[in-house]
Amino acid sequence: MPQINMVQAINDALRLAMQRDPRVLVMGEDVGKVGGVFRVTAGLHEEFGEARVIDTPLSEGGIIGTAIGMALYGLVPVPEIQFSDFIFPAYDQIVSELAKMRWRSGGEYSAKMVIRTPVGGGIRGGLYHSQSPEAQFIHVAGLKVVCPSNPYDAKGLLLASIADPDPVLFFEPKRVYRAAKGEVPEGPYTVELGKAAIAREGAHVTVVAWGAMLYEALEAAHQASARGVEAEVIDLRTLWPLDIDTVVASVKKTGRVVVVHEAPRTCGLGGEIVSLITERAFTHLEAPPARVTGFDTPFPYTTELDYLPLAHRILPAIVDAARY
Amino acid sequence: MTQPTGFAALYRKMQLIRRVEEECARAYAQGKIGGFLHLYIGQEAIAVGADAALAPTDYAFTTYRDHGVALARGMSARALVAELFGKATGACQGLGGSMHVFDAERRMLGGYGIVGAHLPLATGTAFASKYRGDGGVTICFFGEGSVPMGEFHEALTLASLWKLPIVFVCENNGYAMGTPIERVLPVHEVTSHAVSYGIPCDRFEVECVREVQTRIGAAIERARAESVPTLVECLTYRFRGHSMSDPGKYRTNEEVEAHKRKDPLVRARAELVAELSEAAVAALDAEVEAEVADAVAFADASPEPTADILEPTTYKGPFAR
Repeated sequence: MPQINMVQAINDALRLAMQRDPRVLVMGEDVGKVGGVFRVTAGLHEEFGEARVIDTPLSEGGIIGTAIGMALYGLVPVPEIQFSDFIFPAYDQIVSELAKMRWRSGGEYSAKMVIRTPVGGGIRGGLYHSQSPEAQFIHVAGLKVVCPSNPYDAKGLLLASIADPDPVLFFEPKRVYRAAKGEVPEGPYTVELGKAAIAREGAHVTVVAWGAMLYEALEAAHQASARGVEAEVIDLRTLWPLDIDTVVASVKKTGRVVVVHEAPRTCGLGGEIVSLITERAFTHLEAPPARVTGFDTPFPYTTELDYLPLAHRILPAIVDAARY
Repeated sequence: MTQPTGFAALYRKMQLIRRVEEECARAYAQGKIGGFLHLYIGQEAIAVGADAALAPTDYAFTTYRDHGVALARGMSARALVAELFGKATGACQGLGGSMHVFDAERRMLGGYGIVGAHLPLATGTAFASKYRGDGGVTICFFGEGSVPMGEFHEALTLASLWKLPIVFVCENNGYAMGTPIERVLPVHEVTSHAVSYGIPCDRFEVECVREVQTRIGAAIERARAESVPTLVECLTYRFRGHSMSDPGKYRTNEEVEAHKRKDPLVRARAELVAELSEAAVAALDAEVEAEVADAVAFADASPEPTADILEPTTYKGPFAR
């Protein structure tokens, strides 16, 4: 199997989805002739033409709103928001219209679409090109939220998202867009939504992570192993609906949990995961659940590597949990 | 009963909308309708005239003042009133309520409670019609209060850029909630924006439902034949407040009464009596009364939905927890 990176895997998934289904459209800022700011849509304009790979004005509310209308009709738009930081002009469309469409139509209509958007820090983008707003969308009932960590999952999860009957926000961790490489089969396959993966088995501490921070969690687990602590690292993959069963099964084994995310700590997804664990496995806990997260500040430019929950910050949390 | 056709059908629909809403106002006062209730009374000729120029397969979007468009498109009075009463038999199983009715079968894709938010959605169905080549047209009603919103400009930009088969109908009733247009729009002619987007426009006083049918119909035919968007501005007036909780004290009685004397429904009735007879029109009125009474009785007797409806209508797949 060929070794490819996440950009190539996502591009492959988009191409396959468009080849299989003429209802699938790609739209966004610079996605057509330019091929996307991260080159994720490169070549699609040439292959499918401008009717299906649509260069839009800088108009996020218009892009998402129009995509909702397309979806109401029965098309399957896959709009790209160039950075997840730019999604907020469309937040009203996503929250007020997209997330509520199935419900408000009494189940008659869904607005099936996949919003792709690069997420997270790691490119020194500063306050407007680095954020991780996943919790702000999970809090809105009606949306599914996905964040792959590797090329295989990226392709399979994107094809599953395009096939899913509900609207999906597909966050692509731009820090590992090209750094994460792996074997990816040719041709279509899916990775089921709502299923986490055990990225590393271990008996002492459970670490929950996703996206680019998965690699930091794995590195921290590797370093902890040298100190005699074996961490089990779970790659959440689908952030909502999240695979709480896999998480809880692991915590019941280890009795200890560390949740890692780039987003600010307060009201982040980590808080919800910890709540779900304590509701389900309270008597199994041997240590207070811990969170290693971004800070409750805007995302910094110069101190990016301090802000991100990198391995050097995860390691002490794992060791502390193990020794509590 | 046999459904009338032509002008009689237009009159009957206008009368149905008027009488349904008058009864809904009564029901609201009785506590049968919760939350908010925005009446279309005075503006009926727009929805009815526009609908008469649409094909059944065309798409319609409108604002939270949505009862008129829903009934004009053919939603039953039973489904509408039951929805307003929050009953399981309502158009959206009671989940939406007054501002958010939806009728997939009649392609009435919703009333929208966020001002301006639905204009891009309508642009999307118009895009899809063009993409599929199905000859369909989308009509999108909104108030002049939407014009300062970003989505108005985003939607017109995209619709013009992509040459989409859509008619944007601004129902300019002169007041954005309680504030007159002069205090919120620097340019009072909404159609002046058509120049910015390079699209055709039309602007007229709504006095006669058949004129609405002709004028909006021309825009619909342009959309269908040439795939060109049009901005239509209908100068109209709502006889009631912004919502039931608005006594409308920002308007003088003289102003309201002057507009009521030009009520397009009264004019339509007089013209229909001249064409048919008082007895024939009175018979139509009696039919409408029976239909409205039936709808209210149906809604009264219908059950409320239970909470187990919530999760399956939020996600298709299994609920997360």
